[in-house]
Amino acid sequence: MSDKPDVNKARRTLLIATGCAGGAATVAAAVPFVASMMPSERAKAIGAPIEADISYLAPGEIMRVEWRGQPVWIVHRTKEMLEGVKASDPKVADPNSERKPSELTPEYARNEFRSIKPEYLVVVGICTHLGCSPSDRLKAQPEPFDPDWRGGFYCPCHGSLFDLAGRVYKNKPAPDNLMVPPYSYLSDTKLLIGEDEKA
Amino acid sequence: MAATDKQPISFAGPFNGILTWVDARYPLMSTIKAHLSEYYAPKNFNVWYYFGSLALLVFVLQILTGIFLTMHYKPDANLAFASVEYIMRDVPWGWLIRYMHSTGASAFFICVYLHMFRGLLYGSYRRPRELLWIFGMLIFLCLMAEAFFGYLLPWGQMSYWGAQVIVNLFAAIPFIGPDLAIWIRGDYVVSDATLNRFFAFHVIAIPFVLAGLVAAHLLALHEVGSNNPDGIEIKDNKDPKTGIPLDGIPFHPYYTVKDVFGVAVFMFVFAIIVFFAPELGGYFLEYNNFIAADPLRTPQHIAPVWYFTPYYSILRSITINFLWVDAKVWGVIAMGISVIIFSLLPWLDRSPAKSIRYRGPIYKSALAIFVVCFIILGYLGTQSVTEGRTLVAQICTVLYFLFFLLMPWYSSLDKCKPEPDRVTK
Amino acid sequence: MIKGFLRAAAHAAVGLAMPLVLAVSPVAWSSEGNISIESAPIDVRDAASLQAGARTFVNYCLNCHSASLMRYNRLRDIGLTDQQIKDNLMFTADKVGEMMTIAMKPKDAADWFGPAPDLSLIARSRGSDWLWSYFRGFYRDPASPTGWNNTVFPGVGMPHVLWQLQGDRVMIEEVSRDVEGRPVKDRHGNVIKSVRFETTARGTLTKVQYDTVVRDLVNFMTWMAEPNQVLRRQVGIWVLFVLAILVALSYALYREFWRDVH
Repeated sequence: MSDKPDVNKARRTLLIATGCAGGAATVAAAVPFVASMMPSERAKAIGAPIEADISYLAPGEIMRVEWRGQPVWIVHRTKEMLEGVKASDPKVADPNSERKPSELTPEYARNEFRSIKPEYLVVVGICTHLGCSPSDRLKAQPEPFDPDWRGGFYCPCHGSLFDLAGRVYKNKPAPDNLMVPPYSYLSDTKLLIGEDEKA
Repeated sequence: MAATDKQPISFAGPFNGILTWVDARYPLMSTIKAHLSEYYAPKNFNVWYYFGSLALLVFVLQILTGIFLTMHYKPDANLAFASVEYIMRDVPWGWLIRYMHSTGASAFFICVYLHMFRGLLYGSYRRPRELLWIFGMLIFLCLMAEAFFGYLLPWGQMSYWGAQVIVNLFAAIPFIGPDLAIWIRGDYVVSDATLNRFFAFHVIAIPFVLAGLVAAHLLALHEVGSNNPDGIEIKDNKDPKTGIPLDGIPFHPYYTVKDVFGVAVFMFVFAIIVFFAPELGGYFLEYNNFIAADPLRTPQHIAPVWYFTPYYSILRSITINFLWVDAKVWGVIAMGISVIIFSLLPWLDRSPAKSIRYRGPIYKSALAIFVVCFIILGYLGTQSVTEGRTLVAQICTVLYFLFFLLMPWYSSLDKCKPEPDRVTK
Repeated sequence: MIKGFLRAAAHAAVGLAMPLVLAVSPVAWSSEGNISIESAPIDVRDAASLQAGARTFVNYCLNCHSASLMRYNRLRDIGLTDQQIKDNLMFTADKVGEMMTIAMKPKDAADWFGPAPDLSLIARSRGSDWLWSYFRGFYRDPASPTGWNNTVFPGVGMPHVLWQLQGDRVMIEEVSRDVEGRPVKDRHGNVIKSVRFETTARGTLTKVQYDTVVRDLVNFMTWMAEPNQVLRRQVGIWVLFVLAILVALSYALYREFWRDVH
């Protein structure tokens, strides 16, 4: 009956053909299920680019907007603050934004101040260590964690420090600089966060 | 049971080593042998024997699609309706998963009804398969509960009022009824609390029980062996040397390849409905269920989904108060009995032959009348009540019960043909 | 399938009753008030019609009725760009990802007009044919609070919003009479009445133009009730194609193995 020692060729061909067709169909059927776990239209709508009006943002102030459920900080940096950024070059781990540039720093922000216009810093306020949101310590004044503090951000969870260009200090738990989101200027006083100009 | 007792595995090519290792620590080969390659099934299965494996397939499909729906669904009276439409519109491929689940519910009942009818045709519930049949009946009851709980979840008008009506049936039970209904709902009307508990039953409790019962059903089947269209025991004729039934063939590969073909045909029909007629004319998805639940307004015409309508008709057909008890109570009792009475079949049937092939004209007529009544009751359950329809439903209800109640008498009276010794083609 | 069958049966029944009243009017019903619902001549793949319907919907319906399950940017599927959607169809929302809700609070709307149901799924609960008949079924009725009534929705709460397009009509009811002048009765003994409409004021559109507007509107509402329906049928063809191959292969495999058994 079954289990003949000689291999039945027609049978084997059919088995392989049906197995392949069935396997391909199963893989195809799995696609919708896997895809259904991707962001939905609602998530995309909520994650859509947002506009931020910076006309009222006074020098030295910070504003926060929400983009994709994350805080985005916009800091209007004063001359002194920009000086401070320059001064902290030796203290930070990646002064020229060379690490993971495609993820963390869009091309137009790969400069000394990590921004399109030096006065305005735009970064995602999520620590690259474990996802806490650092608190701002914008003023240059002695702080418990750094007597020579030039202004920046301090993460309360594990003590990571970032300067006013979102660059991480050396020898801190956070591995990378804060992420600069894709953004562009709609006008001098209006930012579009979440979309570059080229898009 | 040392590992050395077992033969090393030699058929799996590059996997021989790992499988031999597993087999030494787990009853791998013995399980495969007991349930597949050396489980001997009668060689004369016909088309009716596809529906068991298809029901199992639909069960798996429902679990799978259900898991993915649960990722997006919100069991909250304020959000549920919109979350279903969110799945239909915003979730990538959500519409496909939802339609598979809604069509699967009906497909499950179609497979199970045909599977049960197969049992009636060939006497599959008869000794020694009584327990197998009882497990099957328990699966059927769970399936009804699962469908009922699940139907509330879209929180449409039919969901809401269907649940309202069915839960109120319990209120008909004397003394404890009203409190019982409140306890089931967790509120004085069907509400958010009801939705939450129905969700819990639908996605966790009942599926667990169903899975266990399906396993028990299969184990019982493999203990006693499959019945067949001739209704004779293939174990009575074994090869004296090997001990293998002469009319048996190993389930694997013969019935696995046959069932694969059955699955392909089933999926083809299933896909036609899912992709081209997911509402199936209002039978699989009711039109009124595209209106969000409104506790203040009952739709003009409410009817349960098609798979419940025969019992619903029986419920409605009892209109006479009797023995100081309300017609409503009798209706509920009749409906309950109409479902449970199937489980008594092994003891009601006294025919010398199991299969309809060798049974006499009385049973053939009785079964035909029963099926016609079942279908008529099912149709009437989708329709609104008129005097004429109630009368027809009453006649069908009486015939429905007579099929069972008179069975001990007419089945022993029937002139059966002699059963063959060996299965026929 | 079943719906089609039922519809065919209903048509057959109407067809049998028709000759009695056909001489008087094309629209007929027994005194129970059930007018026959006509089949809507729509095609959800017709992007031009859907776009026209979307415009009518936004201009005439979306003031009081929401379509709160529908996202504006879904209108990309009927061939519109985000910019077109923003410029031509969005009056209350400011992002294309938003839902087609109304500016009015639902409570205010309910106080002013009574409940105005959400229309996202109305074509699935009522049916496209019903909508087609409904939009073409308004007539002046002094007895109703709004001054309007409808052939498929007697006592409708909504006035005829498209009346400037269609114009004013009144319904004239006549008892059907046989050749000898006696009233014709149906099998329940009800007098069969026939109905015709008389235009009392012309609208801005001709009858054909108005029907086109309504067709596009119903088409859009049908599409909106299930925006995936076109994709669903397209995918379905492919799935059936693959499954047909599987059926054939698995059948050959089954026959091949079962040669052992026979």
